[in-house]
Amino acid sequence: MLAKFGLRFVALGYLALILMLPVAIVFVRTFQHGLAPVVNAIQQPDFLHALYLTVLITLIVVPCNTVFGVITALVLVRREFPGKSLLSALIDLPFAVSPIVVGLSLVLLYGRQGWFGGWLTAHGIQIIFALPSMVLATIFVSLPFVVREVVPVLHEIGDEQEQAASTLGASSWQTFWRITLPSIRAGVAYGVILTTARALGEFGAVSVVSGKIAGQTATLTIQVEQSYQQFDLTGAYTASLVLAVLALLTVFAMNLFKPKELD
Amino acid sequence: MAITVHNIVKNFGDFVALDDVSLDVAGGSLTALLGPSGSGKSTLLRVIAGLEEPDSGQVIISGEDATSKPAQKRNVGFVFQHYAAFKHLSVRDNVAFGLSIRKRPKSDIRARVDDLLHLVQLDGLAERYPSQLSGGQRQRMALARALAVEPKVLLLDEPFGALDANVRKDLRRWLRRLHDEMHVTTVFVTHDQEEAMEVADTIVIMNRGAIEQIGRPRELYEQPGNEFVMGFLGPVNRLGDVLVRPHDIEILLGPNGVTTEATVKRVTYLGFEVRVEMLLPNGRRLWAQATREAAEGVQPGRVVHVRAKAAKAIDTNGTGPLVPICEDGHDDPAADNPWWDRRVVMEVHHQG
Repeated sequence: MLAKFGLRFVALGYLALILMLPVAIVFVRTFQHGLAPVVNAIQQPDFLHALYLTVLITLIVVPCNTVFGVITALVLVRREFPGKSLLSALIDLPFAVSPIVVGLSLVLLYGRQGWFGGWLTAHGIQIIFALPSMVLATIFVSLPFVVREVVPVLHEIGDEQEQAASTLGASSWQTFWRITLPSIRAGVAYGVILTTARALGEFGAVSVVSGKIAGQTATLTIQVEQSYQQFDLTGAYTASLVLAVLALLTVFAMNLFKPKELD
Repeated sequence: MAITVHNIVKNFGDFVALDDVSLDVAGGSLTALLGPSGSGKSTLLRVIAGLEEPDSGQVIISGEDATSKPAQKRNVGFVFQHYAAFKHLSVRDNVAFGLSIRKRPKSDIRARVDDLLHLVQLDGLAERYPSQLSGGQRQRMALARALAVEPKVLLLDEPFGALDANVRKDLRRWLRRLHDEMHVTTVFVTHDQEEAMEVADTIVIMNRGAIEQIGRPRELYEQPGNEFVMGFLGPVNRLGDVLVRPHDIEILLGPNGVTTEATVKRVTYLGFEVRVEMLLPNGRRLWAQATREAAEGVQPGRVVHVRAKAAKAIDTNGTGPLVPICEDGHDDPAADNPWWDRRVVMEVHHQG
């Protein structure tokens, strides 16, 4: 009896300390001086632009990585080809590489002194210190999540249902859309949650490639850093809170997409 | 011919699954592909369905060459051992799947699904999900689903393998009755010889990627072509080169001129029949299947008198057809040794 309570206490205590305490403090500190300073911070042009950039980048990155993730998972599980294990290892590369290094390599590729730099400048295309590089960096760091969530689900359900569908006359697309996709909903949902969370919270790579130009190439995470360095604590806390809210909205949305019987 | 396959070869790496197999299946028949694991029976079925591509050979269904057609276009119904139910769809939507792919009008689909559910005795379960059905119900749903699109050919891959023994027996008979009503050319794969004998018109026995023999159940049982077929369809005593079925051995308590002595070693009661294990004078062991009446007085240690009502011999190579010896209980008096101690020497016929 005591042991059972003891274990729960330890687990809850751990979560409280590591997870809930920091989040609660952010919430408390944000509204420490009342509602007015928060409302004021939200209305700053730099803040609004940062919010816009974060949401825009996430709305581009998440669908891209979801589609890519599902296709790649299908290829990895249902097909044999030479170099398959290499592909699988490459998918995990973003986990192994530090985001700062990711940012740096993008600069080395697309920056003015970079490999493609001359060609890009000649054609008037700006990648580094602009939106394209920020999107590329965020795509890279959040790439593996959907793939890694969907692969085990595909393994588990096997391909017999898909075979049955084809004997009943379904084309590959019809089989995918009506049988495979509904079966992997849970994996896709979790993958999307993780991808979104990673994209929202991306800091290291994006800060290198964006140049952190306030009002132009600063995302919400960068905004948190900038505000903090300028001693604008309310601004920093407000940006953090908004990030947390965005993440929670994603979780709720995906809960609707997941099949009911799982939890 | 509803299905013809010519010279099908299929290898999985080094493993030869199908070794130049050819077969004709008559329209409207119920055929069993019977054999042990690894015999190639499931592979052959899947090649016919288009779920496996053969390395070489042809598949012809209803007169049309289907070899290059994908499964999707062959219009064959397929039933899987583990049901392959669409878990996220209701029973109704499962059965309707093929029809909705073909874009039939909703009212037509609804009527047809209701008819089929009635046929497979799943009325009232249309709105349930497969996870809420028993194994037998799921398999009946799978059958209804396969039949919904009126396939030319119905293929079943060990359809009752995942079910309890009683459910299996019930569904087996039910499949036979269904076939008698619907007359769709049906081929099913099984490793259970009792199932094949009970259900099929024609049995195709396979072993190691090749067809051993084809025939009606009774023909195969009484005139097996080789030792493998004889041994697969029923129990066999092998005495040197001679094969005797346990139920062809008659046990008498006293000699009658054509019997030989044997010492009873063990008697086992199996309810409806009795199994008697004996030792022959030449040291070989023999077991007989007897009725309870015939086994009266047979005790371990007792000397009894046995004769064979029928026996078959294999040639010394072990290949080639079996030769009947000792028919109707009468052994060949000119033979040098009795049936239970005979070494058979056959002439070797050279293939011209």
